[in-house]
Amino acid sequence: MTEALHPSVSAKDYASDQEVRWCPGCGDYAILKQVQTVLAELGVPRENVVFISGIGCSSRFPYYMGTYGLHGIHGRAPAIAYGLKITRPELHVWIVTGDGDGLSIGGNHLIHMLRRNMDVTILLFNNEVYGLTKGQISPTSRPGQRTPSTPWGSFEHPFNPVALAFGAGATFVARTMDRDLAHMRSVLKRAAQHRGAAFVEIYQNCPVFNDGAFFAYTEKESKPDNALFLEHGQPLVFGQNRDRGFVLEGTALRLASFSDGLPANLWIHDETDRTKAALLVQLLGTPDDGLPRPFGVLYADHTRPTYEELLAERRQHLVQHHGGGDLSALLRGKNWWTIGS
Amino acid sequence: MERHRIVIPDVVIVFAGDSGEGMQLAGVQFAHTSALRGNDIATFPNYPAEIRAPQGTLAGVSSFQLRFGSFEVLTPGDQCDVLVAMNAAALKTHLHLLKRGGILIVNEAGFDRRNLRLAGYPEAENPLTNGSLSDYQLIKLNISQLVGAALADTGLSVREKERMKNMFVLGLLAWLFGRPLETLEELVTAKFRARNPEIAAANSRLLHAGYNFGETSELFASRYEIPQAELAPGVYRSISGNEALVLGFVVAAHKAGLKLFYAGYPITPASEVLHQMSNLLSYDVYPFQAEDEIAAISAAIGAAFGGHLGVTATSGPGFSLMSETLGLAVMLELPLVVCDIQRAGPSTGMPTKPEQADLLQALYGRHGEAPIPVLAAATPADCFQTAYEATRLALHWMTPVIVLSDAFLANGSDLWRIPSVESLPPITPPFATEEHKSNGVFHPYQRDTRGVRPWAIPGTPGFEHRIGGLEKEDITGNVSYDPLNHERMVQLRAAKIEQIAAELPPQTVTLGEPEGELAVVGWGSTYGSIYSAVQECRAQGLPVSHIHLRYLNPLPRNLGQLLRGFRRILVPELNSGHLTQLLRARYLVDAKAYEKVQGIPLTVSELVEVIQERIHHD
Repeated sequence: MTEALHPSVSAKDYASDQEVRWCPGCGDYAILKQVQTVLAELGVPRENVVFISGIGCSSRFPYYMGTYGLHGIHGRAPAIAYGLKITRPELHVWIVTGDGDGLSIGGNHLIHMLRRNMDVTILLFNNEVYGLTKGQISPTSRPGQRTPSTPWGSFEHPFNPVALAFGAGATFVARTMDRDLAHMRSVLKRAAQHRGAAFVEIYQNCPVFNDGAFFAYTEKESKPDNALFLEHGQPLVFGQNRDRGFVLEGTALRLASFSDGLPANLWIHDETDRTKAALLVQLLGTPDDGLPRPFGVLYADHTRPTYEELLAERRQHLVQHHGGGDLSALLRGKNWWTIGS
Repeated sequence: MERHRIVIPDVVIVFAGDSGEGMQLAGVQFAHTSALRGNDIATFPNYPAEIRAPQGTLAGVSSFQLRFGSFEVLTPGDQCDVLVAMNAAALKTHLHLLKRGGILIVNEAGFDRRNLRLAGYPEAENPLTNGSLSDYQLIKLNISQLVGAALADTGLSVREKERMKNMFVLGLLAWLFGRPLETLEELVTAKFRARNPEIAAANSRLLHAGYNFGETSELFASRYEIPQAELAPGVYRSISGNEALVLGFVVAAHKAGLKLFYAGYPITPASEVLHQMSNLLSYDVYPFQAEDEIAAISAAIGAAFGGHLGVTATSGPGFSLMSETLGLAVMLELPLVVCDIQRAGPSTGMPTKPEQADLLQALYGRHGEAPIPVLAAATPADCFQTAYEATRLALHWMTPVIVLSDAFLANGSDLWRIPSVESLPPITPPFATEEHKSNGVFHPYQRDTRGVRPWAIPGTPGFEHRIGGLEKEDITGNVSYDPLNHERMVQLRAAKIEQIAAELPPQTVTLGEPEGELAVVGWGSTYGSIYSAVQECRAQGLPVSHIHLRYLNPLPRNLGQLLRGFRRILVPELNSGHLTQLLRARYLVDAKAYEKVQGIPLTVSELVEVIQERIHHD
């Protein structure tokens, strides 16, 4: 997205006058604040910003933004964004969705939006549960999760949102968490600046229906051993003592432990490397398997043109070669004739 | 030999053959030629849903019905004067359309044992030789052989020659009905010239061969002449319903000064709209092939939120998928046009066949209280006016609007007097201005005196606002769960749609007296058949009038009064009585349905019979 400098704006300038009504302790509050902060940092005029959402807790987001906003219907936010971006490519369009809205009822639109690479920023709040409908499993719920619709414990295999987005052809794939504000802010900023469809999975705690789902990755004690923070050009290192990392062996990731400085063959993160990204998005460690889970920008393709750019190119080409639209010629068609004078 | 020329007012020709034999092309070109010659025309293509059904089978027959005449031609005709049957299956499926004494041209090569077996004729039974066709003027030609001989010195394969049989038939018919061969030749060769000059030359040669064959063979005792129709001065072309829809939207968007965003998902018989739109990139048209119909209508709403014209077209099944999003459009009060090109349902039904059974879905098929204006097109050319009017209403009243067409209008074509863009009514959307602010604050649901909310578009500083599917507080548009506010908003939305009727022209009778014995009330594509039937009955002295409805919601304000001026009301429909129910419920009148749900249009003769029966025996 292109930036328009707008001096002396603050996060507050992007808030609406509506009272925010998420549950106390909900991770959504932190996300809202960081999005407003990022917009202020980027200085995007608020009249040029549109938030589009579907249905669910996350989808109330547009009401709390002082920008333009459209709270749509379940799963259809990307579909609404198509028409807006195609006719108004200059607008900054954000799509706010959740694991139910974006991956279940709206899964089809999400993957096609990513494939088409329209210039939008997609925030998927993942809390691994349906909140607004009171706690049923979502497509990211873990096996064993007991909910009103799975009283015996779910046995469904969950989606891995970043792998899904990457597989759908996203040109920007990132993961962050509600409880690390600085990290979230930096990832959101990168996503907002990406030219093309940027997909950000945000681990978001639902204190009511799935409290603590991500604590292994977000809490001070366990975070260092379970969260792997990616930085472009830096080695993949994690652990309380930063004594573990990854090396690439053939086509496999191998966990390496070290005590005296970083080994020379450690995997250096290159967010533009598609082959490496394919491995990274699959890395979904848990405290049980001793592997970490990556956070940050997993993949970024800065080269692929956006849908809007390609469309404009086609249109320009046609107008150059066939001229702009002559309405009366269009109405007459190829075969016409005149009767009388 | 100079043949005797008989002058006739009109003629109906049906071209029937295998779906790969170019029957549609032959029909279209003959129709064009006739229109250019100054006749009024109406066409009805009839083809299988399968792209290439097995050759020679009954399921694989594709046909094209064409009528041209020296008067206003309103229907493609109940029965035909000429039937061209390229094989046994084509004869079997279409012979019932041929009038007794009509001309039957058959390709003998399509009646070998294999073809006869595939068409289901009993062993050793050949309709061409068993005398069963003695009621018709049977012209047996081995067209395959004649074509082979005419193209003997070319390097074309047998397969290629076989595919050009239609051109020989066209040449022959051009001779028989006095059509200018040069026009036909120009139209046909223009199609192939650039791509394949050899094929173009062969087509041209076959047209001449067919024409000369008519001249020299003495198969026909006379030729026919159909004088030019008396048409109002103007610029004319022939146009199909789907083409006319596209042009209507393009012109409406142009008049409103907006981009035209069109989203569609492939579905018969609406796909042609997507194809046509996709050819108009240089006309400020933004075509988009969505991943499904839900995405198509949602994308159109997105375009509307952005301040442009969003349009989508589909057929019954896709229209059902769109109903949830129509509810959102009602709540948002954004302009949007959704076209349902109806086909025989439910489910996949008969995808290429016309039906009018989506009327109640269009009127009521939504959750909650969600009134939407519904307009129906009467003829292929009328699709232009309907699309234009639907757009005008959507933009003036900030509402989704539904346009009903069907497979009969979509693929059929008639003559269109091209309007001048300047003569069309202006379209001025209610864009938000500073005047819409109170104390410097913009309220998205602050309505004007007509009940219409202002359209504030992203990019405009000071008008930032949020809208959505949750109930709105009156005026501010903020989310509200207040019971009385909800009821009020339901009433405001309904009142706005009802208010549209105030600006519509009062309903008039299309034909006949404005009161009396019997009113035949119709809507949509049955217009031509009903009008013709009423015309015929009136010529017989029967007291009958025709009322045709373009606006199905809101209904014209004087409709109840008009209907009560008739003793009886007959409502012919290609469904199980949808409009009949509506009229009975709304006006407490004793409307009686004439229902036909066969996937084929109403014929004039069946309607004439029904009208006679209602008048004499009720």
